[in-house]
Amino acid sequence: MSSTTTGWVRPKIEQNWLIRLLDWKPFLIFICLLPAIGLLAVFLTYPLGLGIWLAFTDTTIGRSGRWVGLENFEFMFEDPIFWNAVFFSVFYTGVATIGKFGLGLWLALLLNNHLPFKSLLRAIILLPWIVPTVLTAVAFWWIYNPQFSVISWMLIELGLRDTNVDFINTAWPARWSLIAANIWRGIPFVAISLLAGLQTISPSLYEAALLDGSTAWQRFRYITFPMLLPILAIVMTFSIIFTFTDFQLVYAITRGGPVNSTHLLATLAFQRGIPAGQLGEGAAIAVSMIPFLVFATLFSYFALARRKWQQGESND
Amino acid sequence: MATVEIRDVRKAFGSTQILHGVSVDIEDGQFVVLVGPSGCGKSTLLRMLAGLENITGGEISIGDRVVNKVPPKDRDIAMVFQNYALYPHMTVYQNMAFSRKLAGAPKEVMDQEVQKAARILGLEQLLHRFPRQLSGGQRQRVAMGRAIVRNPQVFLFDEPLSNLDAKLRVQMRSEIKDLHQRLKVTTVYVTHDQIEAMTMADKIVVMNHGRIEQAGAPLDLYDRPANLFVAGFIGSPAMNMLAGRIKDGSFIDGGGTRWPLPPAHAGRDGAEVVYGIRPEHLRLDPNGIQARIQVVEPTGSETQVTLRIGEISLMGAFRERIVANHGDVLAVSPDLPLVHIFDKASGQRI
Repeated sequence: MSSTTTGWVRPKIEQNWLIRLLDWKPFLIFICLLPAIGLLAVFLTYPLGLGIWLAFTDTTIGRSGRWVGLENFEFMFEDPIFWNAVFFSVFYTGVATIGKFGLGLWLALLLNNHLPFKSLLRAIILLPWIVPTVLTAVAFWWIYNPQFSVISWMLIELGLRDTNVDFINTAWPARWSLIAANIWRGIPFVAISLLAGLQTISPSLYEAALLDGSTAWQRFRYITFPMLLPILAIVMTFSIIFTFTDFQLVYAITRGGPVNSTHLLATLAFQRGIPAGQLGEGAAIAVSMIPFLVFATLFSYFALARRKWQQGESND
Repeated sequence: MATVEIRDVRKAFGSTQILHGVSVDIEDGQFVVLVGPSGCGKSTLLRMLAGLENITGGEISIGDRVVNKVPPKDRDIAMVFQNYALYPHMTVYQNMAFSRKLAGAPKEVMDQEVQKAARILGLEQLLHRFPRQLSGGQRQRVAMGRAIVRNPQVFLFDEPLSNLDAKLRVQMRSEIKDLHQRLKVTTVYVTHDQIEAMTMADKIVVMNHGRIEQAGAPLDLYDRPANLFVAGFIGSPAMNMLAGRIKDGSFIDGGGTRWPLPPAHAGRDGAEVVYGIRPEHLRLDPNGIQARIQVVEPTGSETQVTLRIGEISLMGAFRERIVANHGDVLAVSPDLPLVHIFDKASGQRI
């Protein structure tokens, strides 16, 4: 028995083709990436590619289309409804983003103080964001209802008005009403993200600034704001993308009306593509959003997100 | 430059008392070190001096002006924080110029003051770097530079060296002391390291549990500790303390060993006392007390020996180089004038 312990030799394992293949690094990398690539290809690349392809065809529902080159885009650029949607998309995104960030930052600064029931307040503030968008939309649809609006009712009961408020039946009131609903829904995301950013700022910086003779506004201007800028830029990128591509709120409250005045590019693309059946045209409108989104992303990434003071070699 | 007076200052967070009436007088240009174990209230006291904490009771005055209700920026003080609290998004220059910029100083004046402070601290080459690009010691210097630019009446330091490695700490220690000697600004310095306190201070304030145990010049505290806490806190390695009582003009420790007693204490027959002797005040003496060697630790300049006399363990530090083994016998005797006697019940020096 003693000879078995000293004279033991590791048995040679038969190297068949499968083992050799799995030991080959390029193949192994390919195998490991396959699930992710597969998911991306099926659920991202294919729909995007199909959308872009459709934009260059005259496909309608029930008839596969022919390649028509830029015809859809030529038609689109002469269509006042499209330009109206471009205007409203930009206006909606711009005003709603300013509103969300103004109010969200204010709320985050308030929540960053020592308040009673702080964690409860934070949880309540997240609620608008947790509720499904369609429910929000339906709620606002009731709030803005020409006949049953609770706001109209309150104003009349308080004696401030004699008639119901016209929220969504003329162009400009409808636009502002939609923006208000979007701001209400967007504030929690901004406030909670910025609050997380605020909490990474060391309190001793504020103490140092206090000793340096700063006022509350100067502490915000010189400490809070610059240190919050990187996270602000990222949150803003997301917010702009989500607002620009918004669909549910507008479609559920006004369906783009009255008289197409509140169409966003997304709702117009859907309107043209599905209910009207012009898939090619709808796809062209959707594709026209891409340059704007790429620009918004690049701007915030390069202009805002990366700051010189965050780089540089660290000696920690 | 100014005197600082702390009169019967109290601090409570809710029902928890942190400071129980603390009084310290700081003379113009003095370097005062607040020292004590963590949680003794020394940092709280400093922050109250800076105006970062409210004062629950008592009075703090800086330069004859009571500052209890004065906001931090108007107290004419500058503080160096433990983590330096440098503004990470500003360059060294901007960090140092920040207080001047807020005060609306003209650009040339600001420039001059920053350059002057940078020269004092040897930061001229680093003015355009960001804090991230600096080493620990450089950041420390920038934090001091920021304080110097403010040209305050009082400098406050809150454990400024605790984030540095041992070698750098020794270097920065002497830099801070040198800086103080050049600028002669009243300084209050908080640390938990008694060596920092001993080496830097004009006056040490030893704190424990929110009370002052003793205040005085470093060597006074070393030579005449007022109580057992100070005796154990000041000095390294720490003082040996033997509990026992006085009998027939000698001290008898718990194991029955007889120790010589300074003549002044000989008359207190039967008193329960603590006999304190610093390791460096034990001498090798062939006629001394027989002790067994536990551990020998040569440091080069001296030899530290852990000794055992009966059940009692004590430390000796000798100039002589001792070559001995575990269990060998060494005869030692205390340097009689340097023996400290404390009352056992109260812990006070007698």
